Amino acid sequence: MTSAADAYSLPPLPYAYDALEPVISAQIMTLHHQKHHQTYVTNLNAALAAHRTASATNDVPAIISLQQKIKFNGGGHINHSLFWRNLAPPGQAETDLVTAAPELKDAIVSRWGSVDAFLEKFKLALLGIQGSGWGWLVMKDAVDSTNNGKRLEIVSTKDQDPPFIDGQVPLFGVDMWEHAYYLQYLNNKAGYVNEIWKVINWKVAGERYVGGIEKEITFKL
Amino acid sequence: MAMSLLRTSAARRAMMSTRSSPAVFARGKATLPDLDYDFGALEPYISGQIMELHYTKHHQTYVNSYNTAIEKFESTSDVRAKVELQSLINFHGGGHLNHSLFWKNLAPRKAGGGELLDSKSPLTKAIQGKYGSYDQLIGAINTQLAAIQGSGWTWLVKDSNSGDLEIINKANQDPVTGPYIPLVGIDAWEHAYYLQYKNVKADYFKAIWNVVNWKEAEKRFLA
Ligand SMILES: [Fe+2]
Ligand SMILES: [Fe+2]
Repeated sequence: MTSAADAYSLPPLPYAYDALEPVISAQIMTLHHQKHHQTYVTNLNAALAAHRTASATNDVPAIISLQQKIKFNGGGHINHSLFWRNLAPPGQAETDLVTAAPELKDAIVSRWGSVDAFLEKFKLALLGIQGSGWGWLVMKDAVDSTNNGKRLEIVSTKDQDPPFIDGQVPLFGVDMWEHAYYLQYLNNKAGYVNEIWKVINWKVAGERYVGGIEKEITFKL
Repeated sequence: MAMSLLRTSAARRAMMSTRSSPAVFARGKATLPDLDYDFGALEPYISGQIMELHYTKHHQTYVNSYNTAIEKFESTSDVRAKVELQSLINFHGGGHLNHSLFWKNLAPRKAGGGELLDSKSPLTKAIQGKYGSYDQLIGAINTQLAAIQGSGWTWLVKDSNSGDLEIINKANQDPVTGPYIPLVGIDAWEHAYYLQYKNVKADYFKAIWNVVNWKEAEKRFLA
């Protein structure tokens, strides 16, 4: 039994369910947020509660068997929380990379040659995901001091693995689970991958580039 | 959406010549196998729209991408390029094999879908011996299906060494490999149910047993 203080809760969307239309339908957003994300939160809380019980009795096999559940559902909660905030209604100022995140734009151009070249790379990475997963733009510590010691990378993660490996900072993520697009795009995954750019919140991505995610979002109870 | 539109004599001939596996490869190329029923024939358990997209788009894409990868593999003499193609060949080749087995695993009600085999059947005896009953077997498979994190399949298999039944999960399009022989596979990718069942995948897992072709499972069990 968990009380509000020791349980995670579904974060509200920073916009209305229909705000991302026509790129992502209100039906997808509603199910994705209220059902899918809620299920990760519910299952994460259940796994953490079971973990507390197992800890109290030093039940090591139970603790071990809970780790994958915590990783999967905790990852699902983290990934979707990052995702909702790195999207914005099409046409809003936040979706314009050049004006909303000039510093990040320069870093993208210096890393990939041009914004278009970056987009092509990112789309290929998204379409190359086998099964369920996510594509991310992340910032890593660079080995040299170019770009203030930061290096951008496109990475993909499988299922609900979170994007924090090796100290990576996720700037934005794209959910490539079929539930993220199927009701609208059906098997046309490439259509979703082409359209999603109209709703990327570059302002948030740029803020994460400059200051990390801690100021914007917390996963602490 | 009559199936006859999709029937080609080449696909039919290839089908006849591959007895051990329903996956069709004609002249070294993968081709989409024939469906034994219409897209709408599994309704209301699986909608005609899902079946049509699943077969004509998803399975076709695995077939096409497998052929493209194999062509690349054969046209290069660079071992590094060949090694890099493994993941694509496994994924799309696995997708082709899995879906070819899956279509045969299903049958409309009027063609025996969902009909359990009688008590004299060797498969029934094996199921009762290991799981107690068909219901208990189905419950065990549905538990495995619900536990899949991401995309994948659950299979009822026969261990060809011991002859025992087992339930195994496979991620993404990883095919069932030796010593296991696939008897019944359930596709737990979201594309297999989402248009009809949305996030309530447990309802899909319950419903699909109404159209499982147990005769086909027994054929594979005895093969
Ligand atoms: Fe999702
Ligand atoms: Fe499938």
